[in-house]
Amino acid sequence: MEEFQIIENYLMVRLPEEVDHHRADYICRKADRYLLDQKVEHIVFDFEDTRFMDSSGIGIILGRYRKISCFGGKVYAIHVDKKVERMFRMAGLNKIVEVLA
Amino acid sequence: MNSEKNEMELSFDAVSENESFARVAVAAFVTHINPTLEEIDDVKTAVSEAVTNAIIHGYENYRGYVKGGEGERPVPVHQGKVYVRCRLEGDVLHIEVQDQGKGIADIARAMEPMYTSRPELDRSGMGFSFMEAFMDDLEVESRPAAGTIVRMTKKLGSTSWIACGE
Repeated sequence: MEEFQIIENYLMVRLPEEVDHHRADYICRKADRYLLDQKVEHIVFDFEDTRFMDSSGIGIILGRYRKISCFGGKVYAIHVDKKVERMFRMAGLNKIVEVLA
Repeated sequence: MNSEKNEMELSFDAVSENESFARVAVAAFVTHINPTLEEIDDVKTAVSEAVTNAIIHGYENYRGYVKGGEGERPVPVHQGKVYVRCRLEGDVLHIEVQDQGKGIADIARAMEPMYTSRPELDRSGMGFSFMEAFMDDLEVESRPAAGTIVRMTKKLGSTSWIACGE
């Protein structure tokens, strides 16, 4: 399964089972490389495989949002479970990210 | 309610690989008192936040995992240990996460939601907020150049959690 995939002007990021600082650093840098090199406007984060997340996951999304929102880009989060959604709400992320269960 | 006591102690290198080790070890330590899945998740997240803070901010090992073949140079690691001590008193879990790193000059500021001392690192600044929200009690003791101790407490097996569908 591709972790990073481009479909039209969307960058799809399939997040790992455990989203912590250890993995987040790589995901941020790789996603940013796609944003720079390819003509991508929006990002979709897919939480389908994710069973654990800490605040590093919030950092990944917030950082990418800051990079693309000034160009009109949107951030989507799909397959979000209750745990992840609760963290989104606590960080106010549900106001800037389109969340789909 | 049993009042048995049980303790454990871990020390490990301040590298990002050990973040998952630490939270899984703490989760395994409490399984025999039958906490709910939600409580386990809360504890794992809180431990992950505290240990990550120790690694990134205490010892300034901010680089996470680097995938092979990506053309990245390995980053030198600052030596240091993270200590995790757990004590179960009946169904109350006490966790202590300690580092001997650079310490926090302004604890109140560090604990503010969304505040991060390293905005360039893609950190959300939500670490302490999550620890506070997911545990019953949080205490931070720190001295610049000496290190930080985070103490957290949570009563387990107490909340009646109604199972939710996947």
